[in-house]
Amino acid sequence: MEKVLLVGNPNVGKSALFSRLTGVRVVVSNYIGTTVEFTQGRMKIGKHQPMIIDVPGTYSLRATNKAEEVAIKMIKEGDVIINVVDSTNLERNLFLTLQLLEQNIPVIVALNMWDDTKHKGINIDARKLEQELGIPVVPTSGLSGLGIKELAERLPEAKSLNQKESSDSLKWKRIGKIVSNAQKLTHRHHSFLDMLEDLSVHPYTGLPIALVVMFFTFWIIRFVGEGLIGYVLEPVFNNLWLPVMSELSVLLGEGSFLHNIFIGSLIDGKIDFGTSFGVLTTGLFVPVVMVLPYIISFYLVLGLMEDFGYLPRFSVLVDNIMHVIGLHGYAIIPMILGLGCNVPGALALRILDEKREKFIAATLMAIAVPCMAQIAVIAGLVGKRGAKYLFIIFGVLVTLFIIKGFILNKVLKGTSPEILIEIPPYRMPNLILVLKKLWMRLVFFLKEAVPFVLLGVLFVNILHTLKIIDFLSDAFAPILVNLWGIPKEATSALIIGFLRKDVAVGMLGPLNLTNKQLVIGCTILAIYFPCIATFAVLIRELGIKDMIKISLIMISVALAVGTLLNIIL
Amino acid sequence: MIVDLTQLKKDEVANIVEIRGGRGFQLKMENLGIRIGKKIQKISSQFLGGPQTIKIDNMRFAIGCGMARRIFLEVKR
Repeated sequence: MEKVLLVGNPNVGKSALFSRLTGVRVVVSNYIGTTVEFTQGRMKIGKHQPMIIDVPGTYSLRATNKAEEVAIKMIKEGDVIINVVDSTNLERNLFLTLQLLEQNIPVIVALNMWDDTKHKGINIDARKLEQELGIPVVPTSGLSGLGIKELAERLPEAKSLNQKESSDSLKWKRIGKIVSNAQKLTHRHHSFLDMLEDLSVHPYTGLPIALVVMFFTFWIIRFVGEGLIGYVLEPVFNNLWLPVMSELSVLLGEGSFLHNIFIGSLIDGKIDFGTSFGVLTTGLFVPVVMVLPYIISFYLVLGLMEDFGYLPRFSVLVDNIMHVIGLHGYAIIPMILGLGCNVPGALALRILDEKREKFIAATLMAIAVPCMAQIAVIAGLVGKRGAKYLFIIFGVLVTLFIIKGFILNKVLKGTSPEILIEIPPYRMPNLILVLKKLWMRLVFFLKEAVPFVLLGVLFVNILHTLKIIDFLSDAFAPILVNLWGIPKEATSALIIGFLRKDVAVGMLGPLNLTNKQLVIGCTILAIYFPCIATFAVLIRELGIKDMIKISLIMISVALAVGTLLNIIL
Repeated sequence: MIVDLTQLKKDEVANIVEIRGGRGFQLKMENLGIRIGKKIQKISSQFLGGPQTIKIDNMRFAIGCGMARRIFLEVKR
């Protein structure tokens, strides 16, 4: 099987091109480091259907970090290279191209982001560039689909020049010549987006802009999330699903084994989706009605911000604050992704170069960054008792984030590295692509989360029926009752919390907790352990030794914070 | 006159004349396209020794202060 590699600088649109060539959907964003793992897919254009591989970005064939090392290793294993070049930054991009021409492998150039060149006043003569380089050059746009067919058709023309290795300065000289022959720049006026680009990194204007963005983000997530729950999903569930479940309840008979598992317990003779806790009642209600709307609203806003290119600018603004907790500004990006789901958040830790910062970031994420599924259920459950209690829970998490980071930064040897990032230009998000990305993330949630939720509820009900939970509750009672002041029945929530955090929080619902107990319960569920899926990714990314350390930190923090809250509140 | 990147004023344009540091640092800068002879424009600098944002050709970068102090520029004032 022929292997075709997409190779190029970071954020030149390799993943968008990959999607176009293969039809495989991958997450595409307008900033560096979205692709941390390679993805592969079969090309769908033409008779000849080679394997296409989306390689993480690299600036040159001499690695300066781990991610680049991985990319360079993969290049050695390919059969053909599509060198994806950002046509708005020809000069820098051609350095890698010239390095590739010294390898013994056929190369074809995709002059990507072609549609951006016009309004930037850049005029490239692709034909001339092709003559200068001696390999095929095709103007493309991964976003609009321009030139994709031609690229596929001309793929067999890719040529291996196997040029003799030359020094860097000779390469730059040659690039200078190529660029002055093939590219003409014309002056153009600054657009509104250009102005906004710079305004959002000036401290005086950038910080207010950041506050406005954060306010609107929060407001849109709430507005869309609550709207979907109140006007769409709750009515659908109450009017269509409830009658079906009521029938089933009568059919199975209250108190029977199957009734306990699938419908759960009746509250005042009726099914209550929030507290009955059957697989088909609460088990479906939590992921579909309570969580899904917030997943939709969160990823919609995140997708827009990713494609616009705001996140790297935000990371520059928070750089100073992040150094207090031993990280640099760019580490805010995995944290923001972690707010959606900790699994992609943990994967994104790869954009951090050093072991120390990875360890700090992973610990902070596992302890103090709750995922949207968990936040949604907390909001649904605790919100009813008053906004004050929500403030306490999230206030504690934010405080923990800062204090833990500060302590780790002081205790761990070494210092936090400085930020060094390329800031992408702002791009108007393409709504269709944003919706496609949202859909992809929703499918991920429905496929990865919902089965786990149902399994979790099933598991709890079986443990309950077999009285195993009672045994465990008694065993953990001293910690729960004496230290945290919550009833021992909450043990089952702690057990399920390993599987899914949203169900675990939901399990606090039927326990009739006081406000104080609910706050303590939710906070502990957020910090004591990440869900199993996140845990698995973190073990892979950090190794088992660091994960044991992190686990010990998490458990002791949970013990301490729970006890402290029990005393203070 | 020669200044380092942190001393460059907002919107000022200057040429890179020297990048001080180990081989790794030099390579990292060169890979990004920050190299001797290139024209830099400073866009902004954050408070309290925060990162400096600069523009080279069509590219923008944020560079921590420590690194910025190792980049020297020839500026006409």
